[in-house]
Amino acid sequence: MRDALNLALKEELARDSSVFLMGEEVAEYQGAYKVTRGLLEEFGPKRVIDTPITELGFAGLGVGAAMAGLRPIVEFMTFNFSILATDQIINSAAKMLYMSGGQFKIPIVFRGPNGSAYQVSSQHSQALESWYAYFPGLKVVMPSTPADAKGLLKSAIRDDDPVIFMEQERMYGMKGEVPEDEEFTIPLGVAEVKREGQDATIVARSLMVPTALKAAEELEKQGISCEVIDPRTIRPLDIDTIVESVKKTNRLVVAEESHAFCGVAAEISAEVNERAFDYLDAPVKRVSGVDVPMPYAKNLEQLAIPDVERIIAAVREVSYS
Amino acid sequence: MATQVVMPKLSPTMEEGQLARWLKKEGDKVSMGEPLAEIDTDKATMEMQALSNGVLRKILIQEGESAPLGQPIAIVGEPDEDISELLKTASEAKPAKVEAAPKELPEPDAAPAAEAKAQEPKQAQTTTGISSDGKGQPAQAEGRVLISPIAARMAAEAGLDFKTIQGSGPGGRIVKKDIETAMSGKRERPAATAGLRPMPRSGEKGVVYGPSAYRDEPVSEMRRTIARRLVTSLGPVPHFFLTIEIDMERAADMRRSINELYPDLKLSINDVIIKVAAVALIQHPQVNASFQDKTVRYYEHADIAVAVATENGLITPVVRAAEMKSLLDIPGEVRELAERARARKLKPEEYTGATFSISNLGMFGIEEFTAVINPPEGAILAIGAMAPKPVVKDNEVEIRQTMRVTMSCDHRVIDGATGAKFLQTFKQIMENPLYLFVG
Repeated sequence: MRDALNLALKEELARDSSVFLMGEEVAEYQGAYKVTRGLLEEFGPKRVIDTPITELGFAGLGVGAAMAGLRPIVEFMTFNFSILATDQIINSAAKMLYMSGGQFKIPIVFRGPNGSAYQVSSQHSQALESWYAYFPGLKVVMPSTPADAKGLLKSAIRDDDPVIFMEQERMYGMKGEVPEDEEFTIPLGVAEVKREGQDATIVARSLMVPTALKAAEELEKQGISCEVIDPRTIRPLDIDTIVESVKKTNRLVVAEESHAFCGVAAEISAEVNERAFDYLDAPVKRVSGVDVPMPYAKNLEQLAIPDVERIIAAVREVSYS
Repeated sequence: MATQVVMPKLSPTMEEGQLARWLKKEGDKVSMGEPLAEIDTDKATMEMQALSNGVLRKILIQEGESAPLGQPIAIVGEPDEDISELLKTASEAKPAKVEAAPKELPEPDAAPAAEAKAQEPKQAQTTTGISSDGKGQPAQAEGRVLISPIAARMAAEAGLDFKTIQGSGPGGRIVKKDIETAMSGKRERPAATAGLRPMPRSGEKGVVYGPSAYRDEPVSEMRRTIARRLVTSLGPVPHFFLTIEIDMERAADMRRSINELYPDLKLSINDVIIKVAAVALIQHPQVNASFQDKTVRYYEHADIAVAVATENGLITPVVRAAEMKSLLDIPGEVRELAERARARKLKPEEYTGATFSISNLGMFGIEEFTAVINPPEGAILAIGAMAPKPVVKDNEVEIRQTMRVTMSCDHRVIDGATGAKFLQTFKQIMENPLYLFVG
């Protein structure tokens, strides 16, 4: 996964000289998670820039650069630190096009790992997608495979709007086939059916996609055929693909690492309720992160994140089996 | 978590139970399935099992005392748990409040379904005792029918009245599967029978049959109207009676011949009647049926209850799947059941859950009589004495062995013509008993 992201960055830096990368430790140290390995050497210190530990500051620099016509990629060491930069992201990046009457587009990507890692406790394990997806003017992307990561990151960099590109720390080591084609991109706002099925739909994103696929495999053995859909882009959300699937299966489970309250699953549930009410055979079921700050203890941490068993139980519940 | 143990329903007609003996003392450890007490019911003394693990914290009724179904009789919980709340509710508990259960069922949109599931077993234990599992209840909470959106739409499109369908989802919610079942049931409704169909094959010797399988079909609007109107006339079960006279010459001959071949068998006419009734029932599934309020239940097998008079009163042991059993098997089985009935040794499952009953007063010389249906069965056949009688045959008077049988029918499920057709088949086979051997 980290190599796929690296490849996308490298190709886009090479393709367009207005693209540049900045963030904490992205240059000399080659990235806290080595996503930016080799980029300083290849593109030099004007294109790959180490910043001080000043999230609000360098996010603001990025927005300004984007207004001036560049295409910045801003790395947050994790999205937990993006909280410090929200004024620039939400008040500047998201609103500039609207408030300038269309004079300033902001072609910027904010990227980094989101969600849980391994025992980094409450402040460093947050899944913040629902925050950013909430605001008009931002796009939010969450890949679940190396190929999707490459294709989606390239599209995000080429997009003229600010894009929040959320990776997952637990998934950096994930292996998968990645197209080498430099023009391989995946359009934003298009979901992918990761597994076809008849009896129940599971919508999952990021870390929950491999978890949901394992649950679907196990459920198949129990006689329940699951369709697994990865929206890939949270905003704009490809609700049509989800609704089509629910019309077929009549049952929906949404799995997510983040908290349930005011979350993305809640939004999907509401959309499905509005668009496919007559097709539902059971209430839409959310499988979300437990509603507590992420515990540090390993055993409690495991209990706080949805796992295969919880998804299976939810699917069985909506399938009345 | 501590729970109240309530007086369980240990026999189908039980309304209260007397505590014969506690098998555990306060403070004893109990585990699920372990016998907790002996309860005297109206039929027999039965063991009552613990439904949870823990310690018997408090005994609420003493040996010799009675309690209505559902009344708390003990509390089981952890040794150090606070049970004051449970004690308080137990002392306030009114006998088996049936309407208490639906009230606690969550509205589908009011609480996460997981919670509803978690509550179900609790309710079963604290309000209705052993027999209830919370499923198969009419799909209503507070007078509303619970149905999933797609199930409602499918029912509307198929022209089904979903009020007649029992839901299998949480709280009795009607779900897609229930509509699909109801729709397939609609298609499979058996056609009315004309004439005799081939004999069902006899079952393997030695096969033990449990209570008959069945399918529930929704009650049609017309059937509902018939039921509603008739039930107001004759009492809870609207009976009507059909009598037919049967020439028993051949049946009596056959019985004699078989008993000559198998002297130890002691085949009685009653045994033959059981077999013939069972075979005829399979050909007339509308009679092998029972009215279940929301559905009409059609049974696959003819489980025939035979009324046996004992010192203590009437009891009705059941010959399961009688149509599958041969005339060589039935006499022994009936005799054995009757003996144990007289000794009060029948288990509840041996005298309940029949699909049809036979009552025979022929041995007392009763020529014909009407029997009272044993609900929820749809009919009962009253057998009169077999006696020589003058009958007109080919314009001449002949003396023939005849027998009069009267069937009482539950008009909510069986109409006059339906019952009459069954009796026709019964008569046909009885008068041509060789039919039993050509299957």
